[in-house]
Amino acid sequence: MNLTLQVWRQAGPDVPGSFATYEATDISADASFLEMLDLVNERLVLDGDEPIEFSHDCREGICGSCGVMINGVPHGPQRGTATCQLHMRTFADGDEIVIEPWRASGFPIVKDLVVDRSPFDEIIQAGGYVTVDTGQAQDANLTQIPKETADLAMDAAACIGCGACVAACPNGAAQLFTSAKLAHLNLLPQGDAERYERTESMVGVMESYFGSCTNMGECETACPKEISIDFIAMMNKDYVKAKFRNRRSA
Amino acid sequence: MSVLDPKVPLDDDGNEVAIQTMWEDHKFDMDLVNPANKRKFSVIVVGTGLAGASAAATMGELGYDVDAFTFHDSPRRAHSIAAQGGINAAKNYRGDGDSIFRLFYDTVKGGDFRSREANVYRLAQVSNDIIDQAAAQGVPFAREYGGMLANRSFGGAQVSRTFYARGQTGQQLLLGAYQALERQVAAGKVRTHTHKEMLDIVVVDGRARGIICRDLITGEITRHEANAVVLATGGYSNAFYLSTNAMACNATAIWRAHRRGAFFANACYTQIHPTAIPASDEFQSKLTLMSESLRNDGRIWVPTEVGDDRAPSDIPEDERDYYLERKYPSFGNLVPRDVASRNAKIVVDEGRGVGPLKNGVYLDFADAIERLGFDVVWDRYSNLFEMYERITGEDPTKRPMRIFPAPHYTMGGLWVDYHLMTTVDGLFAIGECNFSDHGANRLGASALMQGLADGYFVLPYTIGNFLADKLNEGEVGLDHDAFAAAEEVVTARTKKLLAIDGSRTVDHFHRELGKILWDYCGMARNEDGLVKALGEIPALREEFWADVKVPGSGATLNSSLEKAGRVADFLELGELMVRDALDRNESAGGHFREESQTDEGEAKRDDENYSYVSAWAWQGQGEAQELHKEPLAFRYVPPSQRSYK
Ligand SMILES: Cc1cc2nc3c(=O)[nH]c(=O)nc-3n(C[C@H](O)[C@H](O)[C@H](O)COP(=O)(O)OP(=O)(O)OC[C@H]3O[C@@H](n4cnc5c(N)ncnc54)[C@H](O)[C@@H]3O)c2cc1C
Ligand code: FES
Repeated sequence: MNLTLQVWRQAGPDVPGSFATYEATDISADASFLEMLDLVNERLVLDGDEPIEFSHDCREGICGSCGVMINGVPHGPQRGTATCQLHMRTFADGDEIVIEPWRASGFPIVKDLVVDRSPFDEIIQAGGYVTVDTGQAQDANLTQIPKETADLAMDAAACIGCGACVAACPNGAAQLFTSAKLAHLNLLPQGDAERYERTESMVGVMESYFGSCTNMGECETACPKEISIDFIAMMNKDYVKAKFRNRRSA
Repeated sequence: MSVLDPKVPLDDDGNEVAIQTMWEDHKFDMDLVNPANKRKFSVIVVGTGLAGASAAATMGELGYDVDAFTFHDSPRRAHSIAAQGGINAAKNYRGDGDSIFRLFYDTVKGGDFRSREANVYRLAQVSNDIIDQAAAQGVPFAREYGGMLANRSFGGAQVSRTFYARGQTGQQLLLGAYQALERQVAAGKVRTHTHKEMLDIVVVDGRARGIICRDLITGEITRHEANAVVLATGGYSNAFYLSTNAMACNATAIWRAHRRGAFFANACYTQIHPTAIPASDEFQSKLTLMSESLRNDGRIWVPTEVGDDRAPSDIPEDERDYYLERKYPSFGNLVPRDVASRNAKIVVDEGRGVGPLKNGVYLDFADAIERLGFDVVWDRYSNLFEMYERITGEDPTKRPMRIFPAPHYTMGGLWVDYHLMTTVDGLFAIGECNFSDHGANRLGASALMQGLADGYFVLPYTIGNFLADKLNEGEVGLDHDAFAAAEEVVTARTKKLLAIDGSRTVDHFHRELGKILWDYCGMARNEDGLVKALGEIPALREEFWADVKVPGSGATLNSSLEKAGRVADFLELGELMVRDALDRNESAGGHFREESQTDEGEAKRDDENYSYVSAWAWQGQGEAQELHKEPLAFRYVPPSQRSYK
């Protein structure tokens, strides 16, 4: 198939960018979206041009490296699918495809389609862990966890940290990412002791980088792991409680 | 005695102490660093996958001053994240006869008697601590209705010892280690350096004292000093170009260490996984693994006749060859990975492959659906079926899946002693990047176990023993000649790659190397092919250095430049893989030499001549490496010939 690409090119964080047009010809419908970009890049290089930079690694939808706006939609048209798992057969011959980086003030552009997502690491540093040193643990089966609880925690823990939720949100909010980690840990007995401190602290760092949530729900639609916005409601409840409790104990 | 000293604990008479108590006793015998002094020691950890993140976090907790480096934008992205199936431990929660000894036994045997017993026993011992630690961190392992941890049997094991978190075990274990690491970052004990690619090791008077990095965003070359350096940089399956590994996995860190004096062990031991989706065209970038668990219910077959182009549903039962069931009646479709892979290659080479490129075999669920009902089969494998359909556009419940073997894991790597130290003093290697505990073949669900055993429970002890007598040793200083010289090597190489301005892309050379390795040093190897490859690889390397095209500059994010450096190192490592395969004129585990097979065409070991670890010493550019041998002795698991008939 033949496609026309409009790709955002930007040489660095502090220089203005613009769209460039590329003809992607002779693309196999079995190619993945990133393989299509590989091919365009291979041709660019042979012509002596710099290839389009984009983040990627596992190409199996699990590392969370990839992610671009495809025709205005994070990760493109297929629900529950990261960019790397999208295949060209979802497009039609002759299509024009607009490709942009995540657009969010919390994620500054590094180059072309690559953005800086390091604020996510800082949110985790603020409490996205259980305080336990190596070697302190007791036998794993001494703490029983009901299957439903473990399953629900796993649903939340499935987040790959790609940032599509932020990119999808009109406010550039990171509630889905933050609440998924909070739910994963707060639901489990191991994470319970630090539940309220963790919630207040992680939300604090989140708010210093990202916009506020107004319940638009776009994040859930964009999430390649289809993580539920119910976790945001849970986070909000815990946050109110946390404010109250943490003030009392302060 | 050879220059190789495995440092396995010995008694006063020079005999190895009893394996069951060896590690506990040795922990007592090793020197300790006083808690108040630990902060005076700095340690560099390169790599933040399972092995590196767990090691850096644990050393931070102990009080060491740790700097952790990754070329990823976050430690959470390491290739470990992609592991699906699970992690082994000898908990015996099922009461099905498992034990530390059995896990040890299975690992030594599965490795085809080419690993060091003392290390493997320790691995089996600490496996249980890993599960406890991960559960305490909040890793959401699968549970039974009563709330206890669930297990499954994996990769043909006869006991259920595999713990898992849906199909995302690697992800959850890595996030556990990553979170422990970020906790230490918040505590100020560990500094993480993202987007930093280590490009050389700095060795001062025989001691590893630092590294040289390139910042992938700014291009800046930086020097870093420490009292010890730990490499945790993963495996080298991407030497084959197409593999199940993440795109960025590479061998540069261990290869640069090799060039600085670290011996490289068992380079030819590579694992080819039997169930990946076959390549669909020339521009395929990687191969996707389909979990091995599919072989529990799927039946593998190809048409009996060469060149049978009919759709699978039009091929009648008596014109299908269920070749694994035919040749291995007792194990059938569940034979070990290497046997399944090799047999797939045989039928495809015969011209009986299926699919548009005739490069696959069928994995058919029709019988399972008929026997168990659609719902049961769907429940077991739905996520894999959906993934397959997304990639191929075919529904595997209606048309058999097509699968073919793919490079997946490398058992070879830097040689390390019982303390996980390489032949360079103060340079340690952990996780997939060392030659490790898997011998010539790794069992399913044992890589995650080994990475975390090394990182959480072994290295943090052994490094203390190394550092204990080095309190108050002076800094060498970043201005030292060795730092300047190493930086010069890195800078010159970067400049050279950018200056060639040839006519072919980096990927072109990578694909060509991959083809050579796959054809001559893949699932089956023979002397003629290996000798041929030994001629072709240096020629390709020469062509690379004369004709590669790397656009852009060294002062910004430049993925072509990153790839070029990695492929240049693969072009050297590939030659060593071939040389090692040529030396080992026996078949063992993942290494099948056609010259060494039984009358029935099965792999035949030659214990008399090859019961050793090959450890290769760098001799300089353009020179063949020198072979050193670490003899292997088996005191607890007597070598036997594997048979799956
Ligand atoms: C698809 C797939 C499925 C798998 N499933 C299983 C399974 O079910 N069970 C199992 O036990 N094993 C499994 N494995 C194997 C297992 O995942 C790996 O062996 C293991 O995760 C390797 O961990 P590691 O920490 O050694 O390396 P990696 O996770 O590869 O980490 C390497 C780290 O080093 C860094 N790095 C590398 N080079 C440099 C450099 N020069 N400078 C700076 N940083 C560098 C990287 O950024 C990264 O952080 C699977 C493998 C694959 C490919
Ligand atoms: S490349 Fe890893 S999620 Fe897409």
